[in-house]
Amino acid sequence: MSSPDGTAPPDRPDGTAADQVAADPAPTAQQSTEVLTESGVEATDGTPAAAKAGDDRELALGPVGHLGDRLFGGLARGSGGLVILIVAFVGIFLLALAIPALADDKSSFLFSRVWSPGGSHPQFGIAALFYTTVISSLIGMLIAVPVAIGVALFVTYYAPKRLAAPVAHAVDLLAAVPSIVYGLWGALFFAPILLPVINGLSDGLGWIPVFKKPIGDNVGVVFTVSVVLAIMILPVVTAISREIFAQTPIAHREGALALGATKWEMIRMAVLPYGRSGVVSASMLGLGRALGETVAVMIILTVPNGNDPWDPSIFAGGETFASKIANNAAEFDSPEKTGAYIAAGLVLFVVTFLVNSAARIIVDRSTPGAKKRPRRNRRAEGATA
Amino acid sequence: MTTIAENKPAYDGQALDLTGRSGARAFKNTLATVLIVLAFVIALIPLAWILITVIGKGYHLLLNADWWSQSQRGITVRRAGGGAYHAIMGTLIMALITAVIAVPIAILGAIYLVEYGKGTRVAKVVSFMIDILTGVPSIVAALFVYAVWITVFGFNRVGFAVSLSLVLLMLPVVLRSTEEMLKLVPDELREASYALGVPKWKTILKIVVPTAFGGIVTGVMLGLARVMGETAPLLILVGYSKNINLNPFNGFMGALPTMINQDRTELALPHAADRVWAAALTLILLVLVLNLLARLIARFSAVKSK
Repeated sequence: MSSPDGTAPPDRPDGTAADQVAADPAPTAQQSTEVLTESGVEATDGTPAAAKAGDDRELALGPVGHLGDRLFGGLARGSGGLVILIVAFVGIFLLALAIPALADDKSSFLFSRVWSPGGSHPQFGIAALFYTTVISSLIGMLIAVPVAIGVALFVTYYAPKRLAAPVAHAVDLLAAVPSIVYGLWGALFFAPILLPVINGLSDGLGWIPVFKKPIGDNVGVVFTVSVVLAIMILPVVTAISREIFAQTPIAHREGALALGATKWEMIRMAVLPYGRSGVVSASMLGLGRALGETVAVMIILTVPNGNDPWDPSIFAGGETFASKIANNAAEFDSPEKTGAYIAAGLVLFVVTFLVNSAARIIVDRSTPGAKKRPRRNRRAEGATA
Repeated sequence: MTTIAENKPAYDGQALDLTGRSGARAFKNTLATVLIVLAFVIALIPLAWILITVIGKGYHLLLNADWWSQSQRGITVRRAGGGAYHAIMGTLIMALITAVIAVPIAILGAIYLVEYGKGTRVAKVVSFMIDILTGVPSIVAALFVYAVWITVFGFNRVGFAVSLSLVLLMLPVVLRSTEEMLKLVPDELREASYALGVPKWKTILKIVVPTAFGGIVTGVMLGLARVMGETAPLLILVGYSKNINLNPFNGFMGALPTMINQDRTELALPHAADRVWAAALTLILLVLVLNLLARLIARFSAVKSK
């Protein structure tokens, strides 16, 4: 242990080392103790550092309530650990039950569109499920995000002060409607009014396979699902965007206005750039929600007849991971069949995991709130070290 | 800017026009305002539409006392009568069991994050895992419990299994809101308690948690509201029963979402349709009441910092 300023002789005995470090100018002492604890050199002369670390706490609390502290602290830590265990278990159990079924699968799990698990020749692949899940959620996100940004801006900068809170709550109420009600309403009342939109889009863009409308006026199609999903994720995206927009520093906003910007220019130059990463992560969280939505999709989306060829059009029916699993819950009779659905669930888990992690990483990297957080953490670490 | 300042006199009545908006800019501003207000209106249309539909089609059964006290036992889709007592009780029982399991874990976990593990690597992992749990789709949670409860242990499909899967969905909601509330408790309160020689655990239980209590209850309400509307776990983990079954460990159990799901295939029959919308309205009412309660509690018991 040589102090950074190099004044300490290398062959000092341990007992004086601490004194000498303590006698050094304050900042150096601070630095060297931190270096000590961080690099883990305490093994050789850890006692002074450990005693110093203990000081802050032991003095404040005294010896009273040691057992209670240990018990309660243990409970709290245990609960924290339990959360980690739960998520690990979810992954491990799904994997453990999916693997035997995947080993029996006679077709390519990732690239096949066939789904007939069970029997002596089980074949199942997730390509079609993956496509429908992702495209319906992506379109839902494309519709929801601009509207959500508009609503968030309305609440934060356009609505009269007195209206802003009730308006925000009204949009939040959309999240309180159970998804099965969305499904019912979507299938019975909302889907029919989308028919002209579907017809218009397929007339104009029908030369692209994705927009080509199959024969017949089916409204239980991927596009309808997307619009309903958009409504369902709107409150999530709005709530987060609203918070981010409201945090735009007043200096930025007033600066823009003082330069003569109109309200819209102020928002475009100050608010939107400031909130961009927040909106991106909010959209990702919404996307995660849409990917896993089950019952609404199950009710609205028509399951194509097994004999029809696969249709990539968003104006055709289909099945998502979640709706496939829910539709066939009654089929979980043999381990192989169940394993096939669990394998599909595992893929959904992984996809939502990736999307949500990405959202979290974007939030942590670049939200304004995040800049404060590490600093506070560092202070907390400094206190305990 | 500098050229204008040099070439023009200080004030000529024109160059210093402070509104300074050309037609195009004013137009863009108006257009943006219109679009933003329009976005808001668009967002409210589905909400109003759903509420009007469900209330209009479902309210008359709710006015009947039978709805709240009778089950659907022996009542076929073609017949009128019966109530939703079995489904309401099922929904409440499953939600209650979920809360009993999830709330202590969530509160202790939040205490760990704020009071014990602050800034440590383990706390960061826990925090990340909670984010993951927030994003777990309900069908995946249900499949997981199916894998453990039915495939591995060989138990039956019962209400308790549903509760177990709902724990996964409720836990992160309660934990996050509790964490936020505990963070709001001023450090001065903790320090004052420590200075009086109160041990840390007592400080947390008697000072920190009571201060944040309102916020914690809000989180619990929101968590309950979230799990009550979930349908996917019900479809996979418990069968629907028209009889009153209050035992979550034995037999199938009615619940409002599965009651809706049961009759929705027979919407062409007027009595079945009535029941579907009445059950939907009951479910929305339950969830809304919880949400509003949460809001009220939050408003009247906000942590006063400083």
